[in-house]
Amino acid sequence: MTWLAEPSVAIVLTGVMVGMSAALLGSFLVLRGNSMLADAISHSILFGIALTWLLSGQTSGPLQIAGAALSGVFAVYLIELLTRTQRLRDDAAIGLVFPALFSIGVVLINVYARDVHLDEHTVLLGEIGFVWLDTLAVAGIEVPRATLTMAVMLVIDALFVIAFFKLLKLATFDRDLASALGLAPGFILYAHLTLLSGTAVAAFDAVGVVLFITFVVVPPAAAFLLTRALVPMILLAMFMAALSAPVGYALAILWDVSISGMMALVNGFFLLIAYLLRWWRGVRAGRAEALVQPPPSSSA
Amino acid sequence: MSELVSEDIKEPHEPALALHVEDLTVSYGDRPALWDIDLDIPPGVMAGIVGPNGAGKSTLLKAILGLVPISAGHVRLFGHPYRMQRRRVGYVPQRSSVDWDFPTSAVDVVTMGLYGELGWLRWPGRSERDRALRALDQVGMEALADRQISELSGGQQQRVFIARALVHKPDILLLDEPMAGVDATTERSIINLLRQLREAGQTVVVVHHDLQTVQKYFDWLVLLNVRLIAAGPRDEVHTAENLRRTYGGQIALLDDNDRPA
Repeated sequence: MTWLAEPSVAIVLTGVMVGMSAALLGSFLVLRGNSMLADAISHSILFGIALTWLLSGQTSGPLQIAGAALSGVFAVYLIELLTRTQRLRDDAAIGLVFPALFSIGVVLINVYARDVHLDEHTVLLGEIGFVWLDTLAVAGIEVPRATLTMAVMLVIDALFVIAFFKLLKLATFDRDLASALGLAPGFILYAHLTLLSGTAVAAFDAVGVVLFITFVVVPPAAAFLLTRALVPMILLAMFMAALSAPVGYALAILWDVSISGMMALVNGFFLLIAYLLRWWRGVRAGRAEALVQPPPSSSA
Repeated sequence: MSELVSEDIKEPHEPALALHVEDLTVSYGDRPALWDIDLDIPPGVMAGIVGPNGAGKSTLLKAILGLVPISAGHVRLFGHPYRMQRRRVGYVPQRSSVDWDFPTSAVDVVTMGLYGELGWLRWPGRSERDRALRALDQVGMEALADRQISELSGGQQQRVFIARALVHKPDILLLDEPMAGVDATTERSIINLLRQLREAGQTVVVVHHDLQTVQKYFDWLVLLNVRLIAAGPRDEVHTAENLRRTYGGQIALLDDNDRPA
């Protein structure tokens, strides 16, 4: 067994990479005030996961990730379609779409896949404690499959954000200006959500829906409170998400509790610290209104 | 955007006009926001678009810029559709249309006005920053260039938005309620700036909400209430009858006797 397949290394490394890629893409989502979409996407992909499995028999690999990611994008499209009728607000549209797709996914799995490892418990909480069991040989080295998948996703996400950073920033801050300048913000925002879906699918087995949503929303919200420019905000969010993995793991072992649950809780603790720091900064600057600026989104 | 989709776009249509709007209808769902608008604005004027809430003033600007789907009609800027004229147009959206808590600085927001020139992949560099600083200087904001935008006052934020529209030196400037929520001093400095731009030959089109100042600020007026009520030189258009037709019953406070000079 190589050191990469060592249970604690595999678990922490997977958590770090899920956290970094989720916080990277999540920063733009949180700034758009669209955090609930993380909830919608990460639940809706269950429909895609069930469907790709039924059609192709695969529960992992690039094809499965791409196929299942499409259902997350499909959910976003349905939400936009409903919102555009102007008979529903977008939060109501989100609330209508993702429970429907999620429940269809649960039914499909229950009817057709009783003996497959997908079940509702895994879906919600993941099984990060077992990622080291499923390994893959890469160039003769045993690597946990989830760790490898997440490493690939992180690289893809990072390349996308670096290449289109300027456009992502403009489309997030002022979509109308991006359109007026002829820069197709709709395309870039859908590309971003497609990658978010893909990352959710890749993270799905390992950490489950809840920890993924936490990573998408909480570290960016905390970093938002402490920074004044976009690049530092994203880097701080990724750093906090990454740090929460080893800290959460250590505490989970210490107190013998759920690993992904503890990682999520550590992120909440970071948010609290960020809030208190912001408040303290406000007090020192003598500005009472520093408290009246909540993060632009709620956590899931 | 060099692609020409149909024959009539190749030939300039009404090139002598800064803005030419013909038979324009825009609807949200089954409710028309703009109905059959015909409107011409010559170059070099400072035009005010006035009308009650829900008259479609912002929608008109967005339709000109292709930001809302058009049900019928067409728009030409200096003879060509907007998508061929992006560099010649500066747009200042309503200040409330963006989140001013966004982690970015004043100069960075102004640089965004140049992203169209940079295209999809090129990063803004030294020369873009210099141009942004010059635009900030033009609106008297250079000293605050590196401030985070949430630390600016409403009037300063508005000036940052105007600088962003000026950064690529447009020939026509479209502003959506630039005077909303700014103090009297800022309002005066904004109007002075717009006058300088007009003196320099630019066409300035402003959606404006305050009837009291309309006569003072503009030399060209567009009265709008879903339909076009009247458009033309200020003194021809600004009549009690036209205002009554624009505002309906809401005009009671402003009849001939107490109309401000």
